[in-house]
Amino acid sequence: MATSPGATRRGRRKAGEPTATPEQLIRYYEDMLLIRRFEEKAGQLYGMGLIGGFCHLYIGQEAVVVGATAAAEPQDTVVTSYRDHGQMLACGMDPRGVMAELTGRRGGYSKGKGGSMHMFSREAGFFGGHGIVGAQVPIGSGLAFAHRYKGDGGVTFTYFGDGAANQGQVYESFNMAALWKLPVIFIIENNKYGMGTSVERASATTELCRRGDAYGIPGEQVNGMNVLEVRDAAVHAAEQCRSGKGPFILEMKTYRYRGHSMSDPAKYRTKEEVSKIRAESDPIDLVRGMILDGGHLDDAAIKDIDKRVKGVVTEAASFAQDSPEPDPSELYTDVLVEA
Amino acid sequence: MPIEVLMPALSPTMTEGRLIRWFKAEGDAIESGTPLAEIETDKATMEVEAVDDGVLGRILVAAGTEHVAVNAPIALILEDGEGASALDGRPGAPDPKPDAPRPSAVSSPAAPVAAPSADEPDMGETRRITVREALRDAMAEEMRRDGDVFLMGEEVAQYQGAYKVSQGLLDEFGDRRVIDTPITEHGFAGLGVGAAFGGLRPVVEFMTFNFAMQAMDQIINSAAKTLYMSGGQMGCPIVFRGPNGAAARVAAQHSQCYASWYAHVPGLKVVSPWSGSDAKGLMKAAIRDPNPVLVLENELMYGQGFDVPVSEDYVIPIGLAKVERAGSDVTLTAFSRMVNVALEAAEKLAEQGISAEVVNLRSIRPLDTATLVASVRRTNRLVSVEEGWPFAGIGSELAALMMEHAFDWLDAPVTRVCAEDVPLPYAANLEALALPTADRVVEAARAVCYR
Repeated sequence: MATSPGATRRGRRKAGEPTATPEQLIRYYEDMLLIRRFEEKAGQLYGMGLIGGFCHLYIGQEAVVVGATAAAEPQDTVVTSYRDHGQMLACGMDPRGVMAELTGRRGGYSKGKGGSMHMFSREAGFFGGHGIVGAQVPIGSGLAFAHRYKGDGGVTFTYFGDGAANQGQVYESFNMAALWKLPVIFIIENNKYGMGTSVERASATTELCRRGDAYGIPGEQVNGMNVLEVRDAAVHAAEQCRSGKGPFILEMKTYRYRGHSMSDPAKYRTKEEVSKIRAESDPIDLVRGMILDGGHLDDAAIKDIDKRVKGVVTEAASFAQDSPEPDPSELYTDVLVEA
Repeated sequence: MPIEVLMPALSPTMTEGRLIRWFKAEGDAIESGTPLAEIETDKATMEVEAVDDGVLGRILVAAGTEHVAVNAPIALILEDGEGASALDGRPGAPDPKPDAPRPSAVSSPAAPVAAPSADEPDMGETRRITVREALRDAMAEEMRRDGDVFLMGEEVAQYQGAYKVSQGLLDEFGDRRVIDTPITEHGFAGLGVGAAFGGLRPVVEFMTFNFAMQAMDQIINSAAKTLYMSGGQMGCPIVFRGPNGAAARVAAQHSQCYASWYAHVPGLKVVSPWSGSDAKGLMKAAIRDPNPVLVLENELMYGQGFDVPVSEDYVIPIGLAKVERAGSDVTLTAFSRMVNVALEAAEKLAEQGISAEVVNLRSIRPLDTATLVASVRRTNRLVSVEEGWPFAGIGSELAALMMEHAFDWLDAPVTRVCAEDVPLPYAANLEALALPTADRVVEAARAVCYR
């Protein structure tokens, strides 16, 4: 591997060394850890046959969504691809409802009818969970259009991967978003591989933050393994959007530890590559280190957090297994809204 | 011999136009390329240029004349050396008649009209307008009624609509609500879906549904399926509308009927208006509906005049067919422009002693199965007329439904009159051979009546 993710920064923002209060650090740690433990549990339940179909885990990328969400306001909206469990938890959705959707039970956010890739919560401002690569990008632009139309000051956080960054509809969206100055942050989660194809093998230009150049959209490359750098970049981008300047692109250099989906044989990269990043760039280890080095918490207090998070995930897993399957009558509901 | 200047056809569907004004007067010298007159077509205002040098000898159609037929002589040009005497015996221009009432292309059927369904809205006071105006009025009324309704699409605003359907809307509602998009069907269809998820009620115009194939993924995977996949949370109140099916001489890529494609998909509603009242009532219903609705219009119908209800409350419930002409021997079903074909066929059949009932489907999904079955139980025969291809078409669905719901009443196999199973050809004679005609419908109806 040539460079570690996040080794380079390219952008127009002058960024100092990011800082955070002890409370913020502890919150980011806990939020990231919840995603990590939740995804590990999901992987386990998948292996037990309790989760079916496709299941795309977010492990390794936690700093992206936790950092970006720190810049969000209550009226903001979020949309992403099918690697979506992290976004849902970061938006404050109930881990029990998310896990029960993974198991296809009636307690799931979509009553068991959507599954891992298709979950939504209007209440939490989370608009999916979309299974077609790149399709969420025009949708996110439309959500931003609605923010502007209603004048509610909202910004849409539109996530997509390095693979989706080559889809045509992404550029159709960039054009319209820039043309109409829509308040949308395009967050490219560049985890180096679109399924099994590396960015270098799929993209003629690999600086994805520059993909908006043709439309005059500013872009910034961010170390997506550092939650504070992500947060600061997202705060800056959101300010730009809220001030009416139009869209912003953030390329998050990140890494997924697991395969593309559960059935990924991972022959396109070495075990050494994965373990090196885990050892040197893990986003959770980084913040744990900051907390301990800063003397904000001791080992015992960290363990308490770990234990609490584990409890939340265990309870979510139990709920997801105990919640009954949908009633057969649900087969025919929710096809159309009855006027 | 003076050269005749003919009323030009400036679009594939133009049959007549208005002569707005003359730039030149009789006696003026003109040369090739000089703008002679300004005419208004069904889509735009254009200049007619001279293609010959000479002197404008006589104006045959006065400025302000409406309904000037394509290919009618509008002026005579004297060639070099030709005197005014060459014009002897040629009449001048009559005074233009101020907006004389025009005969409708389809005469009101003299045949009995069936009693309307109980759910059929009362027409009330009507006014004679074109389908184009009825669609525009419906959108304007709904935009006045609900501030969340907005229109977006290619050329809908400043250009006033590629087919003038959105004429005047930009002036009334401004560029916040009437939005010209780039040529980017996939992108703006998806953006519309996102806006609908975000609480707005977009009306997305496709310049034609042929271009909407670029947007198919957003229409089906995002608009139609998300409600179900979200367990009922994510309604998508959006209208996708525009002309569908064959226009005139625009060949295979611009002429497809998508009724059966969209009707295949649970989560979508699909309507296809024929008359002006269909256009108004169904468009209003589509905009008010909390679901994604496809409104499949037809370019060739835009200029046709109908008596259309004036009331802003005229809304046709989606899912209601209409018996346009009552009959007892055979049921003819059709939608959109094919209703014209079916009505013409019914008239011809009447002359041959066969009483045909014409059912205008109006809504393709949901389909008004009850009305269709009731009709077939009376006539015992069904001929389905559509502009789409036969394989897996709407007629195939009707045949299956009749097997399921009216098998014991059928006295003959359900018969389909469709477009031929070929991409639509450009050549005029081949195009005419490919599309359903009244004569083909008559033939099919006679066959199922064993005549």
